[in-house]
Amino acid sequence: MNRRKIIEENIFKFLSGFATYSLIAILAFIIIIIFVKGFNSLSIDMVIKTPKGGYYYGGEGGVLNAIIGSLDIAFGATFIAILIGMPAALYINVHLIRYKRIQNTIRYLLDALWGIPSIVYGAFGFTLMLFFGMNASLIAGIITIALLITPIVVRTFDEVLSTIPMGLYEATLALGSTKTETAFKIMFKQGFSGFITAVLLAFGRGIGDAASVLFTAGYTDLIPLYLDEPAATLPLAIFFQLGSPIPEVRERAFAAAVILTIIILIISLTARYFSKIYSKSNLK
Amino acid sequence: MFDRITETWMVTALVTILLLPLIIGIALYLKAMPLFEIQNLPHLIGSSEWLPTDGKFGFWPFINSSMYVTVLSFIFSAPVCLLAGIYLTQFASKNLVRIMHPVMDILAGLPSVIYGMWGILIIVPFVGNVLAPFFNINSSGYTMLAGGIVLAVMCIPYMLNMLVEIFNTVPIGLKEASLSMGATFWQAVKHVVIRKSYPGIISAYGLGLAKAFGETLAVMMVVGNRVQITHNPFKAGYPLPALIANNYGEMLSIPMYDSALMFAALLLLVIILIINLVFRYFIYKTKTR
Repeated sequence: MNRRKIIEENIFKFLSGFATYSLIAILAFIIIIIFVKGFNSLSIDMVIKTPKGGYYYGGEGGVLNAIIGSLDIAFGATFIAILIGMPAALYINVHLIRYKRIQNTIRYLLDALWGIPSIVYGAFGFTLMLFFGMNASLIAGIITIALLITPIVVRTFDEVLSTIPMGLYEATLALGSTKTETAFKIMFKQGFSGFITAVLLAFGRGIGDAASVLFTAGYTDLIPLYLDEPAATLPLAIFFQLGSPIPEVRERAFAAAVILTIIILIISLTARYFSKIYSKSNLK
Repeated sequence: MFDRITETWMVTALVTILLLPLIIGIALYLKAMPLFEIQNLPHLIGSSEWLPTDGKFGFWPFINSSMYVTVLSFIFSAPVCLLAGIYLTQFASKNLVRIMHPVMDILAGLPSVIYGMWGILIIVPFVGNVLAPFFNINSSGYTMLAGGIVLAVMCIPYMLNMLVEIFNTVPIGLKEASLSMGATFWQAVKHVVIRKSYPGIISAYGLGLAKAFGETLAVMMVVGNRVQITHNPFKAGYPLPALIANNYGEMLSIPMYDSALMFAALLLLVIILIINLVFRYFIYKTKTR
């Protein structure tokens, strides 16, 4: 009996350890494959040139249009998401601080909202676009992505704000500040690193998402200059070029994937770093 | 005065976000309306005739593929997540936990197109050249099995994150009590930790399923996209999200096609929102208990 339970213990300890380490292995595997495949064709031209004539038959050029388009959309969308998400999160944690039930219900709804897939946002963005008589454009892409990432901003920022001790809130009120002052001058400052984490996460999600911009942002070989022009995005550039039968074009998709992966790696590691700063330096 | 403005701003922002799913639902419903006029709902979902040019829209092949791929991915990811979650919360050293945090962050943050490309480069050839010949089946590799594997990898960080959170809420005293009675670590895990967090585990699994159900691009790139009803994992499928994403180009040129695609989006929204609301509710119940 005793031996059996020790054997069982060891088997499961091994299995669960194996599962955990295999996750690290899978991540390493994915990243190594992407980098090995992409580095051959990664050149400075990829980053500084737009597609020239014959690009899609293996001609000269790069994916600068898609890089700029993606950054434009991600920055614009993050900006809108901050405008909507930041005050909403502050409201939950300042004005509603006495109403735990309402707070919990809102958090519950926001979590459910987080689960809506990006293709649904894309379809919704598309109906909005038709409704307003617009074509696929930068602004349509920005709005769609903004809707997609706002719940992320709210929930991530809210998570940090909710750990701020009640005493701080009470102290500011006791000193005679209004709720708005408490929200923007005290709570915002206290939760600032959480805010940065939220923004970075949202930005990363916005730059990597393809299904929602497929309908709304369109695709073009030019760098978009105005809000009503279509814009290429990096994930879609990868997706379209991967579908090409010509090997050179596929090679470029691999290179573009390296660029996207590097951007995402930088964003997630920075976000992690900021959330660590938060847990070290703030009031508990 | 300033107070009033900012407060209005805050409330408007919050209400907008909370109403968003309702607005999306209504907009998609209005767009899908013309379809309901020619066919009733049970027929739309249950029929498997898909001939858009003849005005015949049966969504069953797509729903079927979606469920099939989702269940396949679940079979791969569920045990891995459970075991890894247990290891991370019960057995792992501090150092490993510290390494795993960024690993999970990055896995969760990688865009689906990257997973899709990895799937095309590795999983598709693996399924086509290794697994299929092993079972004596001829297959291109662009199959539901490949879709399931790629999806499983994508859903693991999502489910694992929730599982770790849930396991961490189990009071340590309970575990210590069972250890002091002479149980091994694994016995304590099996009889106390898992039993105590049972509703949470089910919820995390449910939310993982919902996430897999709505995933678009990565699946679309490896799943083969052929309209057929099959129960063979070595055949191509055509999940709902892929249907929407693949046909947005033609949808305005064929009558009713846009309504049909918006109906597909509405279907996705409703299914996923319901799953999310139900299982999130369970999680809240376990957290507050």
